[in-house]
Amino acid sequence: MKDVVNDFSIQVATVNGSGSQTANTVLMRAIFQMGVPVSGKNLFPSNIAGLPTWFTIRVSRDGYVARRRDSEILVAMNPETAAEDVAGMRPGSMIVLNEAIKVPPVPEDRVVYRVPFAKLVEPITTDVKLRRLVSNIVYVGVVAELLGVDKQEIDRALEAQLGRKKKALDLNRAALQAGYEYARANLPKRAPYRVERLDKTAGLILIDGNSAAAIGALFGGVTVVTWYPITPSSSLVETLIDYLGRYRRDPRTGKATYAVVQAEDEISAIGMVLGAGWAGARAMTSTSGPGLSLMTEFAGYGYYAEIPGVIWDIQRIGPSTGLPTRTSQGDLLFVSQLSHGDTRHVVLLPSSVRDCYEFAQAAFDLAERLQTPVFVLSDLDLGMNNWMSEPFPYPEKPWDRGKVLTAEQLEALGAFDRYRDVDGDGIPYRTLPGTNHPLAAYFTRGSGHDEKARYSERPDDYVRNMDRLARKYDTARALVPKPAVEDHGRKVGLLAYGSTHWAMGEARDQLRAEAGLETDYLLVKALPFGAEVRAFVERHARVYVVEQNRDAQMAALLRLEYPAHAARIRSVLHYDGLPVDARSVSDGVKAQEREGVLVS
Amino acid sequence: MTDASAQVPTNRVGLTKADYEGSKSTLCPGCGHNAITAAIVQSAYDVGLEPHRVAKLSGIGCSSKTPAYFLKYSHGFNAVHGRMPSIATGVHLANGKLLLIGVSGDGDTASIGLGQFCHLVRRNVPVVYIIENNGVYGLTKGQFSATADIGSTTKSGAINRLMPVDCCALALELGCGFVARSFSGDQKQLRPLLQAAYAHRGTAVVDVISPCVTFADHEGSSKSYAAVKEHDAPLHDIEYVPYFEDIHVDYEPGAVHEVEMPDGSVVLLKKLAQDYDPTDRARALQVIREGAAEDKLITGLLYVDPAQKGFDHELGLVDEPLASLPLERVRPGREVLDEIMASLRTGGS
Repeated sequence: MKDVVNDFSIQVATVNGSGSQTANTVLMRAIFQMGVPVSGKNLFPSNIAGLPTWFTIRVSRDGYVARRRDSEILVAMNPETAAEDVAGMRPGSMIVLNEAIKVPPVPEDRVVYRVPFAKLVEPITTDVKLRRLVSNIVYVGVVAELLGVDKQEIDRALEAQLGRKKKALDLNRAALQAGYEYARANLPKRAPYRVERLDKTAGLILIDGNSAAAIGALFGGVTVVTWYPITPSSSLVETLIDYLGRYRRDPRTGKATYAVVQAEDEISAIGMVLGAGWAGARAMTSTSGPGLSLMTEFAGYGYYAEIPGVIWDIQRIGPSTGLPTRTSQGDLLFVSQLSHGDTRHVVLLPSSVRDCYEFAQAAFDLAERLQTPVFVLSDLDLGMNNWMSEPFPYPEKPWDRGKVLTAEQLEALGAFDRYRDVDGDGIPYRTLPGTNHPLAAYFTRGSGHDEKARYSERPDDYVRNMDRLARKYDTARALVPKPAVEDHGRKVGLLAYGSTHWAMGEARDQLRAEAGLETDYLLVKALPFGAEVRAFVERHARVYVVEQNRDAQMAALLRLEYPAHAARIRSVLHYDGLPVDARSVSDGVKAQEREGVLVS
Repeated sequence: MTDASAQVPTNRVGLTKADYEGSKSTLCPGCGHNAITAAIVQSAYDVGLEPHRVAKLSGIGCSSKTPAYFLKYSHGFNAVHGRMPSIATGVHLANGKLLLIGVSGDGDTASIGLGQFCHLVRRNVPVVYIIENNGVYGLTKGQFSATADIGSTTKSGAINRLMPVDCCALALELGCGFVARSFSGDQKQLRPLLQAAYAHRGTAVVDVISPCVTFADHEGSSKSYAAVKEHDAPLHDIEYVPYFEDIHVDYEPGAVHEVEMPDGSVVLLKKLAQDYDPTDRARALQVIREGAAEDKLITGLLYVDPAQKGFDHELGLVDEPLASLPLERVRPGREVLDEIMASLRTGGS
């Protein structure tokens, strides 16, 4: 039997709230510290405790981090799902099974390791509750022993997780030891899976997208943060609160250079953002689908009255409550025009944790430069799962506060019209309340207004204003983050955005290896589309748009934008709530390419 | 601003009364709201508010149009229906130095905006929150709002049978530190109440009954001019003495309650029929209930706690407006990012 080294997935099935997170993180980090690329996907229920949860660690020497459909290794700790979990395993797989769990007979060609977890934790502590919690660490010991994960790395990872809590450390170390020893003495190594040291993670960090966004906001100079708790967005603001408390107090007075308000709902959250943005603060909120639905009226107000603000949407599956703990890219169309009336929003589409960090800063610059709400669409997979990344660079550029006139500038100009297109880019000048000059004041309203911000129902005023807003949107095309393009002049192009990106490289490798299909690739990073997107669509005979929603929302936007090329745009869709895998993408493209051959 | 020639009187900041006016009102002639606008103009002139330090905010409705009609040199924000409180909160967070004057209506506050109103009060965001209360929706032609009294009728004769929301009682329950009720027809009472409200450090709720001449000034309406005049029962005569003036009044001992506001100004409350202590919250609620039972409209300064601190204080914010902090004060240094990155390499916190 040939060893399978550094190329497999481990699925751990536990009960929600059983302390499995520490165990899963320790195992994943230990492998990461051995220089082997990893990714972790947490599949959790909308529940605090008791329902089943799965954590998948993908170990990939090639650096693939997308979800895979199958796992080679199962750790079955949850009696409720064990039968189904075990039945899902393929020939050649390895199963670590809690001995106390009864499952139907497993075919011979799967390696089953039965472990008496209850007996192993007995000598460690007399506390029944603690026994339950450390059972999961025992599994880490067993798996580490079987796969050859370095025990020093396990210990380092454990220490990093538990910090200086000596009692907890001792307890968990004893549990690890019990796992190691049991496996060594009782479980002959029959399965081929091994972890061996590599040098592919040196210097890298592991972080989730929500934390990356929080760090970005911290360094982007955010001063007002409002929010209403909602999964999967809450951890963004909670992490931000933590960092702000640590790093954003005045060194002299200890007072806060920021304000965080937990609002009574998302309407209020965005209202506060617009109020603060109007008065000159860098303000943001973070939410998910249902919250956006509530924000709709204010979103249109912000667009029409031209007020900066940043709104993060960590997408989950809708409509309605949907699957609140599952990932999706289903908000794109809705957010792109969030409002009644003619509205088009600037939308940033981070695809990596690095993007989350950088877009958190860029969103403020864009919102203030363009005087408009800027939406940032992340998703549960990007936001809540752990991803490897190069460390984030310190922002080298100063911030861009946009066209704000001071009292001195007003004095020099001698006139100020709030909504006049002075520079021809559709972006007018604004003043902030508190500016001490008789020309400074203006009246902001969601009703019709002329260039001087006066109430107006005149048809020509309305049209002039709306046309200027369209011009401003065109200006945004060159200012928003540019797409990443890999164009080698091939016939077929693949186009994706957001977390879907991580399945694309692997899918393209599969298409090359399995179907001899070479593809070009474009990763969209923002709306409105810039010249690069147009060129890519124009240049390829077929453009496969891969996205995680039912209705092909990005494809719809592309067809709207480039009607002459609508027929080139095809879709590969994935929308079951699990992060998209490369196989779904390559199979989807292959099937349509075959059809194409038959038709033509 | 207007050239203050010798003939036109100016206030202590060198502005004329006209400097506190706005564009011409487009509301119906005789509308109570116009009288409130006049009271805002006069009171702002009298205490010498600096217009650039004021922001005017409103929601949607007849009332919410009025910020265009006063303080033309102040920034204004006419928000969406019922959501002015969240805008006010955001403005306050960005620039706590601004005096916020919010104008809302009974539909805007007690119907669609009741939630935001409650949470504004709960957070004690410093806003002079004026409710121009006529019990009906004017702009949509006379439907009842949530402050319509039981038994009051629309112009077409429909009778309201639902309990009214009493915004003053609600504000008191929520811990509001400044609660007043007045009548748009009583400038003598309304002006000093507004001046006192400008000096308050938290949310100041001023509920002003303001008859709708077009849809609620008929016999069956409990908020017609005639009905309000008949049932108005002031708690006291009010005088406001700004901090830059001396108190020149002689009252008999015990005839007057003096309330000193945080800026040193003083509110003098002269006893009328009965003695009323405006620092007793329970008594304030009781007086509203008793008044309602006796079909009286109790007006005056219902409750005040000048010691209250605003939301910015609660949040422990720096003294300067957050909006004007320079980059170096809101972007931590390289060493901070290094520290965070190091922790993410090892998984420590």
